[in-house]
Amino acid sequence: MNLDSNVPSGPISEKWTRHKFELKLVNPANKRRFSVIVVGTGLAGSSAAATLSELGYKVKAFCIQDTPRRAHSIAAQGGINAAKNYQNDGDSVYRLFYDTVKGGDYRAREANVHRLAEVSNNIIDQCVAQGVPFAREYGGLLDNRSFGGAQVSRTFYARGQTGQQLLLGAYSALVKEAAKGGVEMFPRREMLDLVVVDGKARGIVVRNLITGKLESHCADAVLLCTGGYSNVFFLSTNAKACNVTAAWRAHKRGACFANPCFTQIHPTCIPVHGDYQSKLTLMSESLRNDGRIWVPKKEGDKRPPSDIPEEERDYYLERKYPSFGNLVPRDVASRNSKDVCDESRGVGSTGMAVYLDFRDAINRVGQATIEARYGNLFQMYAKITGEDPYQTPMMIFPALHYTMGGLWVDYNLMSNLPGLHVLGEANFSDHGANRLGASALMQGLADGYFVIPYTLGHYFASGPIGKVDTDHAAFKEAEKESELRINRLLSVKGKRTVDEIHRELGMLLWEKCGMARNEKGLKEALERIPAIREEFWENVTVTGSAGSFNQTLERAGRVADFLEFAELMVYDALNRAESCGGHFRQESQTEEGEALRDDENYCHVSAWEFAGVGRDPILHKEPLVFEEVHLTQRSYK
Amino acid sequence: MEKSIDLTLRIWRQNGPNDRGRFVTYEAKEIDTAMSFLEMLDVVNADIERRGEDPIAFDHDCREGICGMCGAAINGQAHGPDKGTTLCQLHMRRFNDGDTLVVEPWRATPFPVIKDLAVDRSAFDRILQAGGYVSVRTGQAPDAHAVLVRKENAEEAMDAAQCIGCGACVAACPNASAMLFVSAKVSQLASLPQGHPERERRALAMAEQMDREGFGYCSNHYECEAACPKEIDVRHIARMNREFLRARVLA
Repeated sequence: MNLDSNVPSGPISEKWTRHKFELKLVNPANKRRFSVIVVGTGLAGSSAAATLSELGYKVKAFCIQDTPRRAHSIAAQGGINAAKNYQNDGDSVYRLFYDTVKGGDYRAREANVHRLAEVSNNIIDQCVAQGVPFAREYGGLLDNRSFGGAQVSRTFYARGQTGQQLLLGAYSALVKEAAKGGVEMFPRREMLDLVVVDGKARGIVVRNLITGKLESHCADAVLLCTGGYSNVFFLSTNAKACNVTAAWRAHKRGACFANPCFTQIHPTCIPVHGDYQSKLTLMSESLRNDGRIWVPKKEGDKRPPSDIPEEERDYYLERKYPSFGNLVPRDVASRNSKDVCDESRGVGSTGMAVYLDFRDAINRVGQATIEARYGNLFQMYAKITGEDPYQTPMMIFPALHYTMGGLWVDYNLMSNLPGLHVLGEANFSDHGANRLGASALMQGLADGYFVIPYTLGHYFASGPIGKVDTDHAAFKEAEKESELRINRLLSVKGKRTVDEIHRELGMLLWEKCGMARNEKGLKEALERIPAIREEFWENVTVTGSAGSFNQTLERAGRVADFLEFAELMVYDALNRAESCGGHFRQESQTEEGEALRDDENYCHVSAWEFAGVGRDPILHKEPLVFEEVHLTQRSYK
Repeated sequence: MEKSIDLTLRIWRQNGPNDRGRFVTYEAKEIDTAMSFLEMLDVVNADIERRGEDPIAFDHDCREGICGMCGAAINGQAHGPDKGTTLCQLHMRRFNDGDTLVVEPWRATPFPVIKDLAVDRSAFDRILQAGGYVSVRTGQAPDAHAVLVRKENAEEAMDAAQCIGCGACVAACPNASAMLFVSAKVSQLASLPQGHPERERRALAMAEQMDREGFGYCSNHYECEAACPKEIDVRHIARMNREFLRARVLA
């Protein structure tokens, strides 16, 4: 298989401009003849569906929630980056590009990242014009903050609800187009399969979650905007319905899955507190701007934080990384929390937490200012834990949050299956091995508003796609397979609930393929996963029927796919015997215990081809070339 | 474990919009008070599933109070007894050992029951589709700093824009009015210069669609504001009324 990234030639700053000119156009009168299926309505999906409809294409948009406005992008708190340089503090497109490549630990594709930085400014303009109420200064201009390891203030925000406001903006564009008839919306539908005809992605099979009926939909192109797979770990900060099913089905139909082991663990989440826990809650890392992270210097120190004198506290991030302090990138912050907890210096009832203390900030700027900055986060923390963070330090611990890996795409966001395009978190391309804060929202909207509207037209204009409808045998076959899988799930009638088995898988992955990984642990996981999968198919209980609103069945289908996908993720982690970004292999670290890359052997994208469940996947490498940002060991000292 | 309590739950079970529905009693034993309300339902459902019976259907997704997917009335209160809280952010430490909790779906004709506690809120999408947007195509926007917005107005817009579309306002209203929901969007866009060119059209179209969906009128009970998990102020309703009147006069 030849994975051609299709990155245009020329200097980095001219690639996208030149490429846009070289892309073929579809005649305005012909656009309505082309149809597009968009799966998922988060930032990437909503923005793509709306923009493609504006151009004149016929769009069908699908989501599993009851309305597109609830997609998980809504939960992003902190902000969205752009290279506006409104603060006059030295930002530029080039700096945003540079920071993102470096932050991703040199495992992203340079050309994609530069394009992302280039269009970042248009995103802010677009959102403001839609009525997104970004935070403003008294002069009426937009406010910015520094965020997640950046040394410039380039993050735009809407209180602690930036994702919500951006999604509602994209959703408003979507309903505007739905009102005109350009977009047809299909809420409460779950994609169960991708339909490929003559080597091209031509449609999907979905389950109507209310009636349980299977439906086939045909189009000239399919866009997967279905988010990430953090929920393979059971406990993550993702919404409960987030899943890998759409991406996994596409993978099983031939799309390569790239860098699945690149997962991001977010440092500031509320710690796990019980076996029944259904999800973890993230608190924006903007908290790290004012909060100081510490643990007791002494092992097993169980005194309440207020009784621990200043000299017995270890502000370990400030100590180890004097120039970045509490603002080191996410992977560095997370790994350090784990390290201090492994040294038995963790706090709280489980010992799996560290303090995030606002005492000094409150003394410095006053409680009112802290409340204005983080009021809703403090309130959320108090609600969940029953403790008042103005009085006592917050306790935090890392949690699975975002997945940089995803379906492989070229520069045009098309997978190796012609017609199948992948946007947002569901693809792999822009964040390398570690995503910087406030970059996820930027990428989702960049892909949807400003990239796919150009590149999809090129696909349509590049050759005959051919006429196909849902009576085609490929649709019938995919429907049949989906039906059989559902019936199989319902007929196991075992003893264990879907969640029990999912939790078991998640615990295993957190232990063996979480913040730190090693060969032995990964090999153990590769032995355990097939056994859990077997247990699932022999002993799961899925109640109810296929032809009804059946939430247990929905979950069972997703977990069945996680159980297959998990093996690929661990396989990839084992294969990549280097540390980079969020992927920390204990065998590969510097003397100071930092991630040590092996650029000689691993400066590539690992794109995996499906070879059958339980069979070793086939590796294809896309070499990564760094012409602009030279490969150096990341250092935040 | 924080503390353990036992509860009696009377939960509305209804198998689709045409079923009459009924309360069914469940005993929830040894509930850790650190659990969220939905985690408590998960525990109850796991027991039901292990018995091979049909678990209680309820909508939920983010479980951090922002997606607006969850919602039910507990002892008659939308999203339960805590102010400014979605059902998923309600924790069991709020309840006492031995409490009986009556749990019902949103009750409003425009929100037909899908199953048990899950209802169809697509009427909200149709109202927003009638005018809850600014007609700007991708690429048309001027530089974000080309238009200044007073900080007060941006804050006002943000206050309104926080609406998560959960439907608690409708469930809490004796008339099943959707005025708080609709006014939040009208008010957000009326507060910003970007929303001004279409303000008349928007107010009229959204109000008309609201009527068409069968929502009732506002009679100033303010139950919506009390139930709103984002504490959206009823003054947005006043603003919407002004916008509506203004539009009628100018029409």
